Amino acid sequence: MITPEVTAAGAPGRSRGGLVTVPKRFLPVIATFVVFVATFGVGSVRYEGFASGQVMANLFIDNAFLIVLAVGMTFVILTGGIDLSVGSVVALSTMIAAAALQAGWPAWLVLITVLATGSTLGLAMGWVIHRFGVQPFIVTLAGMFLARGLCFVISVESVSIKDPTFRDLATGSVELPGGVTITYGVVIALLTVLAAMYVLHLTRFGRTVYAVGGSESSARLMGLATTRVKIGVYVISGFCSSLGGLLFSLYMLSGYSLHAVGMELDAIAAVVVGGSLLSGGVGFVIGSVVGVLVLGTIQTLISFEGTLSSWWTKIVIGALLLAFIALQRIIVRRT
Amino acid sequence: MTEPVVDMRGISVEFPGVKALQEVDFRLFPGEVHALMGENGAGKSTLIKALTGVHPLAAGEISFAGEPVSFHAPAQAQAAGISTVYQEVNLCGNLTVAENILLGREPRKLGRIDGKAMKARAAELLARIGLHIDPGSVLESHPIAVQQLVAIARAVAVDARVLVLDEPTSSLDADEVAELFRIVRVLRDEGVAVLFVTHFLEQVYEISDRMTVLRNGRLVGEHMTAALSRIDLVSAMLGREMGVLEEIERRSGTPGEPLLVAEGLGRKGSVAPFDLEIRKGEVVGLAGLLGSGRTEVARLLFGADKADSGRVLVDGKPVRLTGPRAAIEAGVAFSSEDRKAEGIVADLSVRDNLILAMQAARGWARPVPRKLADELVAKYIELLDIRPADPDRAVGNLSGGNQQKVLLARWLVTQPKLLILDEPTRGIDVGAKAQIQKVVADLAAEGMAVVFISAELEEVVRVSDRVVVMRDRQKVAELDGEVGVDDVMALIAGGGDHGVDHGVEKAVAS
Amino acid sequence: MKNRLLWPVLALVALLVLNVVVTPSFFSLRLQDGHLYGSLIDILRNGAPTLLIALGMTLVIATRGIDLSVGAVAAIAGAVTCTHIASGGNAWVAMGLALVLCAVLGLWNGFLVSVLGIQPIIATLVLMTAGRGIAMLITEGQIITVNDDSYRQVGAGFLVLPIAILISLAVLGLVALVTRRTALGLLIESVGVNPSASRLAGVRARTIIWVVYVFAALCAAVAGLMISSNVSAADANSAGLWIEMDAILAVVIGGTSLAGGRYSLTGTLLGALIIQTLTTTIYTIGIAPEITLVFKAVVVIAVCLVQAPVRIRVRQGVPA
Repeated sequence: MITPEVTAAGAPGRSRGGLVTVPKRFLPVIATFVVFVATFGVGSVRYEGFASGQVMANLFIDNAFLIVLAVGMTFVILTGGIDLSVGSVVALSTMIAAAALQAGWPAWLVLITVLATGSTLGLAMGWVIHRFGVQPFIVTLAGMFLARGLCFVISVESVSIKDPTFRDLATGSVELPGGVTITYGVVIALLTVLAAMYVLHLTRFGRTVYAVGGSESSARLMGLATTRVKIGVYVISGFCSSLGGLLFSLYMLSGYSLHAVGMELDAIAAVVVGGSLLSGGVGFVIGSVVGVLVLGTIQTLISFEGTLSSWWTKIVIGALLLAFIALQRIIVRRT
Repeated sequence: MTEPVVDMRGISVEFPGVKALQEVDFRLFPGEVHALMGENGAGKSTLIKALTGVHPLAAGEISFAGEPVSFHAPAQAQAAGISTVYQEVNLCGNLTVAENILLGREPRKLGRIDGKAMKARAAELLARIGLHIDPGSVLESHPIAVQQLVAIARAVAVDARVLVLDEPTSSLDADEVAELFRIVRVLRDEGVAVLFVTHFLEQVYEISDRMTVLRNGRLVGEHMTAALSRIDLVSAMLGREMGVLEEIERRSGTPGEPLLVAEGLGRKGSVAPFDLEIRKGEVVGLAGLLGSGRTEVARLLFGADKADSGRVLVDGKPVRLTGPRAAIEAGVAFSSEDRKAEGIVADLSVRDNLILAMQAARGWARPVPRKLADELVAKYIELLDIRPADPDRAVGNLSGGNQQKVLLARWLVTQPKLLILDEPTRGIDVGAKAQIQKVVADLAAEGMAVVFISAELEEVVRVSDRVVVMRDRQKVAELDGEVGVDDVMALIAGGGDHGVDHGVEKAVAS
Repeated sequence: MKNRLLWPVLALVALLVLNVVVTPSFFSLRLQDGHLYGSLIDILRNGAPTLLIALGMTLVIATRGIDLSVGAVAAIAGAVTCTHIASGGNAWVAMGLALVLCAVLGLWNGFLVSVLGIQPIIATLVLMTAGRGIAMLITEGQIITVNDDSYRQVGAGFLVLPIAILISLAVLGLVALVTRRTALGLLIESVGVNPSASRLAGVRARTIIWVVYVFAALCAAVAGLMISSNVSAADANSAGLWIEMDAILAVVIGGTSLAGGRYSLTGTLLGALIIQTLTTTIYTIGIAPEITLVFKAVVVIAVCLVQAPVRIRVRQGVPA
């Protein structure tokens, strides 16, 4: 079985690996993009005025907070974890913001307090997950209860936001060429996306996130900072949740304990539809963003279609989830 | 002669209840390829892990480049210049080749990873070992062999002085092995000391300059490869410990009718098509080194892996082995070599483990009556001397030998026609070993057919009526009657130029 | 075994003691019109749906799975029944329909998990998301109210004790009987502890997995009937909302590991009681009921940390 004459140039990898034109890891993201274009295309064909820049801009305006949440969730899911607490942290953030503003705190202090709260909660959950080896599912479920409960501790009623700074931020808009306007919320969301892409692709932390998701034991054997990453992603997710909460409070101009109920599922769905594997290691922030847009487009479509009722949104999202899980399954099997 | 780069003296490593290494000495010189040889449980991996700081030492000292060292983690060993490439590729398949090589030490510019510089550096390292692949491609898109080579590129990226290759070739084909060896030679010529573990004798003779043989956690010897014949090597690896065990009465009656006949059974990449006939009341031994295909034959006979060629007849009737259940229904039972992963259900009690196969065959709706279960458990605890004799104890808390007895009992209660035992005596104490051998002989005497696989040649030869020899995933011989250990050893060692007795070849029945 | 239930028992006892201290009449029961009333009865009755779903969840978790879709399935069961009754159908036929449909949904989950080999958490996420949509599709987004006496019995009726309690306890007894008297329990545990060893021993793992998901869906369906019958209405949006989380918590608090294997039905019963008693306790000691969630979070973390095997850092070496 031994061939003593070795042909030095015959590296086995070149012939077998180099033929693929589109790397397989981009396939799900491309599929997501195709789905987005298709749904948007259906809308444009069926309804006049659907394919306008402003409808597109509204897609971002109405989902800015969800984009931010999906970014944080992407980090967690890339490591193979999950964060169920994001919806509740959004609610808690709106609640803290509204209550603190009502109490007369300056806006900047409110911002810092909210972001610090979210990040601290994330840190605590990450620490428990890592230190005690309790499943992320259970720990973040507890986090979800805790955050939602703390909302009620602050107030059971909805608290409206009257602070002028917040109002200005909420109503202010940025005009883009073509008369399309977007809110500051959209700008913040897009900046978050850029920051996340930078961190994930151009820093050691980000690459370690992928490494941990790919194979935690390998990452540890390679001497990477797995602990920092495993806790860090929950801090990031907590931070993103509270930032998303701030955007949500701008969007709603109120703080309410029952805001964003079930939003964690939307975020998870966006990430999965965006082509990330729930088992970790595979996925892109940009995919999650397109995933949010797909969910948003479906909602817009269904609202344009007067006869279709809102529950179709859930059914379609469920079907999409299934389709993408199946797609991932096929890709994984082929590997 | 130059100074050794690694010098380990009197190394002992202990695990709860097991002495994995006992006073082993080991030396590694710069610019040599040193093969570490031994069967399963010999202590090869333990020695490597002792060197790289995974396992703490119970005794002994290690010096590296003349300095006494004591590593507490693989990362420390790596930083010092000892890199390890494991059998399973310990990289992240979802990342690019360049990232896998440089993860954790990426070139950075102003705090961000410099992608261009990283690719360039990776390409440089790949070129050093003569591997021409795109550093930007995803690792997973390459065959395992290339991934293995990338792991080596990563290992040498830190200017390693010692490169440990732990069974890197077990999943590679001949061309891929050749490529790997070419790279190993390049590194050796650069003065890197390469420690190489493999089960394939041909490879050892092709690549290594020197070898150290371990057996049962002890040093057998250190030899120059050129000065040790294959037969001597195999003999050193497999050893002889006859004296310890009582002689087993070999049944000399006429063999019964054929029970199971395999015709051209095979599976691509696993074992070449083979014919095999197993008769009632007969113990057929499967001999061969690890990776020779002995386990694969057993798994095909049981349907644990699906064959892609050939057929199996039981009692003259063809049986479609679609999975374990089909085999069990045909009266075939199989006890895997991997006791932990494929044998015991650790959290369940001895009783539950013992009746599991019987219960599975009856279906969930017809539970094994408690009384029957208790009787069976009591019977086999006594018969096999399972200790502690507590049916309610979780089987995971038993010693290896007793776990093995429970697994044996699990199949015996189903009264199979053919019992396949893959390494039933691995890693268990001598007393339990003798008991299991005795049970096997008794079962055959009662008319059961048994396929017996063991890494210990002495044991196979002693227990079996007939020995089938496997080498390089092929059945190479079938020896009837009174077989000598030396005959089998010669066949296992193979490679005609190392003194195979031609008298043995005549005995080949296949 | 005994040890594992120690903490849940202590937690429950502590909660009960706290209640008695605050409300001395906590344990008192009174019989009125042949119906038993009292705080304990309330706890049991309000906890009945959670307990029922937690029973199904226990078996699913024992096979290393999880079923996130039970809340949605409960909503579908209520929706189907109420819609059928509202359109003039017989209550029993309606409930039968609901059970059959939910069994099919269980088959679907089982198919995704055991045949397609999709991770349970993702596989059931599909139905969790789509299920509520389906429920709303059935009710056309309305809250369907019905007025049917025999249907109302399921959730609000009494047979000395509330019927909901009797149903849940009956199912508990039945599951205990079936899993322990037949070999189902053994086979479920063996699949959960070591799937590959079970396969080699000839266990039909696929069938077992299928059975537990169908059972979980059926439990969810009956719980959904209770919830909807109690208010004589089907609310596709909020019926059984987050009940899957409570059920999973009950199972985990009861000492069954999410990693599968050994399970404890008694533990699950204790877990469900703890969750419900906690809710009641907070109410009786005069804290705003909404804050229950904070305490729930604290209890979850406390119980998990007590039970968590602290990460073993020294890797157990085995000679290979």
